[in-house]
Amino acid sequence: MKAPLTKYRTGSWYEATGRERVAGLLDTGSFTEFIGPEKREVSPHLARFDLPEAFDDGIIIGRGTIKGREVLLAAQEGRFMGGTFGEVHGAKLTGLLRYARGHQDAPRVVMLLLDTGGVRLQEANAGELAVAEIIRAILDARIAGVAVIALVGGRAGCFGGGGIIAGCCSRIVISEQGRISVSGPEVIETNMGVEEFDSRDRPLVWRTTGGKTRRLLGGADAYAEDNIASFREAAINLLDRIPAFDLDTMAQEQARLARRLEKFGRCQDTPEIWQAMGIAEPDRIADLPDEDFDRIAHAQKEANHDAR
Amino acid sequence: MPEWRRQQIERESRLEAGRRFSDGKVFAAKDTTALLEAVIRPGDRVCLEGDNQKQADHLATALAGADGSRLHDLHIVQSGLVLSAHLDLFTKGIASKLDFSYSGPQGAAIARALYAGRIQLGAIHTYIELFARYFVDLTPQIALIAAVSGDREGNLYTGPNTEDTPTIVEATHFKSGIVIAQVNKLADRVPRVDIPGDRIDFVVEAPTPFYVEPLFTRDPAQITDTQILMAMLAIKGIYAEYGIQRLNHGIGYGTAAIELLLPTFGESLGLKGKVATHWALNPHPTLIPAIESGWVKQIHCFGSEVGMDDYIRARPDVYFTGADGSLRSNRAFCQTAGLYACDLFIGSTLQIDLAANSSTVTPERIPGFGGAPNMGSDAHGRRHPSNAWLKAGREATEAHPGMVRGRKLVVQLLETFGDKMVPAFVEELASVEFARRMKLELVPVMIYGDDVTHIVTEEGIANLLLCRTAEEREQAIRGVAGFTSVGRARDRKMVESLRSRGVIRRPEDLDIDPLDANRHLLAARSIKDLVKWSGGLYRPPGKFRNW
Amino acid sequence: METLEIRRTAAGRAPGTKGHAITGVVASGNLEVLLERVLSDTQCEVTVKTSVEGFGDVWRAVIDDFVERHSPGGLRISINDGGARPDTVSLRLAQGVRLMEVDG
Repeated sequence: MKAPLTKYRTGSWYEATGRERVAGLLDTGSFTEFIGPEKREVSPHLARFDLPEAFDDGIIIGRGTIKGREVLLAAQEGRFMGGTFGEVHGAKLTGLLRYARGHQDAPRVVMLLLDTGGVRLQEANAGELAVAEIIRAILDARIAGVAVIALVGGRAGCFGGGGIIAGCCSRIVISEQGRISVSGPEVIETNMGVEEFDSRDRPLVWRTTGGKTRRLLGGADAYAEDNIASFREAAINLLDRIPAFDLDTMAQEQARLARRLEKFGRCQDTPEIWQAMGIAEPDRIADLPDEDFDRIAHAQKEANHDAR
Repeated sequence: MPEWRRQQIERESRLEAGRRFSDGKVFAAKDTTALLEAVIRPGDRVCLEGDNQKQADHLATALAGADGSRLHDLHIVQSGLVLSAHLDLFTKGIASKLDFSYSGPQGAAIARALYAGRIQLGAIHTYIELFARYFVDLTPQIALIAAVSGDREGNLYTGPNTEDTPTIVEATHFKSGIVIAQVNKLADRVPRVDIPGDRIDFVVEAPTPFYVEPLFTRDPAQITDTQILMAMLAIKGIYAEYGIQRLNHGIGYGTAAIELLLPTFGESLGLKGKVATHWALNPHPTLIPAIESGWVKQIHCFGSEVGMDDYIRARPDVYFTGADGSLRSNRAFCQTAGLYACDLFIGSTLQIDLAANSSTVTPERIPGFGGAPNMGSDAHGRRHPSNAWLKAGREATEAHPGMVRGRKLVVQLLETFGDKMVPAFVEELASVEFARRMKLELVPVMIYGDDVTHIVTEEGIANLLLCRTAEEREQAIRGVAGFTSVGRARDRKMVESLRSRGVIRRPEDLDIDPLDANRHLLAARSIKDLVKWSGGLYRPPGKFRNW
Repeated sequence: METLEIRRTAAGRAPGTKGHAITGVVASGNLEVLLERVLSDTQCEVTVKTSVEGFGDVWRAVIDDFVERHSPGGLRISINDGGARPDTVSLRLAQGVRLMEVDG
């Protein structure tokens, strides 16, 4: 049999599985997995709910190189249980982050390929605890000088605890398809009514939580096209632009958020914000090709504040 | 002395009754129900324009709001019964008899109304069959149609969704019927005249633009690896094998996968320019990558598709367009093209039996057939040769080699199991049970087995042309029926012998690598990719967006 | 959940040298397949954990067909199934055995 038709594998990030993203993000063949699927560290809870397990509990962790630089990496599989944080899933990520902080020979960079709806409902308490531990571990690692970079562009988005975790990272890369928020669209609609937020109005969902909005508001630091190569390039570029994690950064961030609320707090929809920011044709942002959008994002002060 | 002008006299009296509500031809939307009550008479045959795409929804709602004591026992003769207002006509007793082609979303409601005795069913037609009957024994007395704009003289611009309108108007107007049009906008001048004004009796500006269902948009994100495997089988085992240039595709995800594999897998086989060049097809967004890659020479359309208008305008070498630049579609002509000028039809079905008869009708749902029975049939009136047609004809018979008659390729593309593990291969079609329950003389069959030339499933291709006996045919079908009970009841030895003769071909027989059955092989994997391929000209409806 | 253990004898050793491979994702209508080269050359063991109960005979028919067509000798195959249809199972198994042979 001949070789597969791999030349067509341009690799959409949104489409790819967690394993495909890992393989494409890192230098070819450089990945070593920790606690791989053959170890069968599966969820201790799902069987009780008559639900199928995954051999890696929906997260792949390990180390490898990116353009020759050693990194640690974790990738969530958004299609397994919505990429949710269960007990084992969370412990694998917490362990990876603690290793980054605690070991002399550990790489000083952690890539988090987030693709999650938040805490796994069936493992609620363990999942909530896991999220808290991960946040603590990220902050400890950053204090110790480790760069933690989130990459968001998967099907599940980055919601619930995942949204908070992303916010704690040193830098965030996002694509147009990526979404970051705490409450998901369905949750908002359920609690506040369809008049407040119609979760089936997809353009509304994306212009509220989606990648272009996050990038323009400064909630993400780099914008990637929806392919693995573009995420890789964006991640490499960010490696040399990691902000200090200190009181000064925090104070600036706080001031920046206060200013944002003051300037845009009365806007009803994102195009009004873009208008207030002086962006031409604010209604066209959603339809702009990636390169045109990236140019606009780069020109915005709001989007490129060092204190994110 | 006999009276030869009864219909014209009748028409005049109806027009006069209607004019009480109109100023010339134009009337106001608030008077629609009153005008309809004035011009329509009990027992009339009424065509309420609704096909699977655009809908005369304002007129439908107004008719459904009519007084049942004035209007009753109407005979609805229309190609698509898809709005809830269409069903209301029957539940309210305004209409009682139905002849139609397609019902899609209302399939379950029609089944319920049939069992409740509210609908007397004439027949489920294919589109041009119903159109043909408009000119013979189902001529409408009243046609209620939809257009984009119209002037006070009644000249109508249908825009890209011309669809059934010329056919309906032709049959109704020229046989002394009355034609009433709803338009999105009354204008001083229409961009192009699709329907001349002297054929239109009344015009109303509808409160909202007519509804169009984006029925032909298949989101590439939903295409599965299995469908990609089947698409590779079809391209390599049928398109390449027969050199299919002129064709029609159904609207399933399987055929969408074929469209998206042409610029990748098809390209790798060197097929560009050799297959899939001339189409009778709606403006499928999933065909954009093949068009942009130079595969497609020409497409004639039954109707349009939501979001494709600007793209079509910018590609007049490919599509049929009018002086105003927008698409001109025509369902009757395109169905005729599908029948006589295409060498292949490929589409899906819900069920197929051991004789290859297929149907989408079940006792619970009657979605109708649309164009499939027409497209998926061998045109016995065809007299022009083509290589694909002749090759199929030669395969079908060894007798009389000097007098070979060609065959249209009619391909059923289906996964062996449908949703919820419901098998697609069955011993008996559910429509047989439906016909028993409804005491129908004719079992509703979408495509008759003797028209089917190939069945493609994830297990392989069965070439029914090469089967010489009924038993071979049955085993060839079982041989691609996978792990359904029909498939598992195969005679393994006979299936292997059919395979050695090339009657059945597996992916490995065609040197197809299962690792290629991967979404990476799709030229576009999302609606966004299609937008990019179109250079931003394709503007998908919001429900298909994730940006 | 239902667990099925299916043991078969294969005609020969699965091609390639890889020790293990994994393909697919556990999701509704989908499955993951873990292949490990740990058995003797003609043995093949398949363990299925599936969320859809009562389809044991279909699973056995799918595995029989797979063993006959792909000769996966030496492989222990573990499946976590989220209710995949037989065609998807067949395809993933075929892809899995190819992954033991090439870099996919």
